[in-house]
Amino acid sequence: MVAADENQAPPNKRFSNRVAKRRVSMGQYIRWSVLFLGGILMVMPIIYMLSTSLKWPHEIYDVSLIPKEPHLENYVYVLEDGRFYGWFTNSLIIALITTLSNVLFDSLVGYTLCKFRFPGRYIVFIAILSTLMIPTEMLVIPWYLMSQSFGWLDTHWGIMFPGLMTAFGTFLMKQFFETVPDDFIEAARIDGLNELQIWWTVAMPLVKPALAALAIFVFLGNWTAFIWPLIVTNSWDMYTLPVGLSTFADEADVAWELVMTGAAISTIPTLVVFLIFQRFIIRGVVMAGLKG
Amino acid sequence: MVISFQDWNLLGDRTWAGWKNYEKLWNNPVFWQVFRNTFVYLILGTPISLVISFFIAYHLDKTRFMHGFIRMLYFLPFMTSAVAMAWVWRWFYQPVPIGLFNNALAQFGIPQIEFLRSTTNALPAILAPAVWAGLGFQIIIFMAGIRAIPQSYYEAARIDGVSKTATLFEITLPLLKPTIVFLVVFSSIGFLRIFDQVFNMTSGDPGGPLNSTKPLVLQIYQSAFTDFDMGYAAAQTVVLFLILLCVSLFQLYLLRDR
Repeated sequence: MVAADENQAPPNKRFSNRVAKRRVSMGQYIRWSVLFLGGILMVMPIIYMLSTSLKWPHEIYDVSLIPKEPHLENYVYVLEDGRFYGWFTNSLIIALITTLSNVLFDSLVGYTLCKFRFPGRYIVFIAILSTLMIPTEMLVIPWYLMSQSFGWLDTHWGIMFPGLMTAFGTFLMKQFFETVPDDFIEAARIDGLNELQIWWTVAMPLVKPALAALAIFVFLGNWTAFIWPLIVTNSWDMYTLPVGLSTFADEADVAWELVMTGAAISTIPTLVVFLIFQRFIIRGVVMAGLKG
Repeated sequence: MVISFQDWNLLGDRTWAGWKNYEKLWNNPVFWQVFRNTFVYLILGTPISLVISFFIAYHLDKTRFMHGFIRMLYFLPFMTSAVAMAWVWRWFYQPVPIGLFNNALAQFGIPQIEFLRSTTNALPAILAPAVWAGLGFQIIIFMAGIRAIPQSYYEAARIDGVSKTATLFEITLPLLKPTIVFLVVFSSIGFLRIFDQVFNMTSGDPGGPLNSTKPLVLQIYQSAFTDFDMGYAAAQTVVLFLILLCVSLFQLYLLRDR
């Protein structure tokens, strides 16, 4: 590590070789320590959340990070309350269905826009692009009125319908299908596959990394979505985890150890998924970020 | 869009209101306060988060030892839910017997700081978790951008005896311009849309003391779903849309001269 950096260091004649070497390695040492401490600071809120969720009520005013007598009573209490199961299931169902739907339909539309020449193709593409920059917050009122007139308020469908297809996903998939050579598709056509088969068996496997990136983004987005589920649901058994947590924390108010437990329950799943698929997820984020 | 010109409380009949909703908006001091807050989130949040994340990305790129682990530490907050973390931070900010920050201050004998209850401190206090959660994403994107710069440029600079600082300003930053533009726009839009943190950290008194933390999105939410004044909410949505449109057009303009 040090040797590599030495090579990169600019030649500096005023210092002897030895001094220069020590300077670089000291700098490297400081750099590493600062970065490491910064990283620890970054995860501190998460650590504190987990630690407090294991503490007894009288301990929570203690700054100490390690609970004196760690216990799971808070989790038992919060889960016995029963509502968290429902919220968890709601969130899971909604996140899974929207993810599947996005992976399927975004790629189908993206593929069509990318590989077929048909009249109006350009207009469709521009229409999709123009909705790309309109965020959720702008659309909640129209969505609300729409759900109201169709009777979708307070249903799973009502929470999900706006996110079943996204302009971002379509755009992303179109960009990635550009990398699939037309020759492959031609060859498949000559072999007698129909267009849907070509899409599924030839094109889709080639953009697997992009599909994974899209899936991660959609899942995380829906798992943490707040404003739309907050508006569209009004009975507690339809709440998603963030909405439920928000009302639960409001009620629990001073019982911070319970609030932290609730927060932990809604955070742990994504953290675990991240720790397992870390490399994969970071690569996906980079891909989606740079192409999108 | 059409609703913004109407007078409608969701239950009664819609009536045509013309510019009335916009007039109401223009004359409402709360709206201007909210407008100002929204831009304070943007103007503070974007540069702070970008400078910090570039600093970390630049140095992390040069670090090999435990590189993956440190990167993971910085990225972890991005995977959390904004609502959950808003409550964790809210707890940190509580006054002395409860809150972590004030307890730590008390140990050093420093006077207490009112975070969420003060009209001046509340907004930065809410901004902090928003910046914190976004850093990981920006760092990862910055590092990918830095990696994409061909090594030969650096070699050439080294042979010419260019100093490290000059290399940073003459090679790294100019070549990162597309990345920077993307992140500026991405995070600007993020801060203009801030809602989850504000709603959860100030629930009970949404918008903080004297509306000092209220962003446009929260104001829209309250007009529409607390006051049921759909027309007024829609008028505000149009304003938000115009702001976002300007930001996006600005991005297109910046990217064109590349």
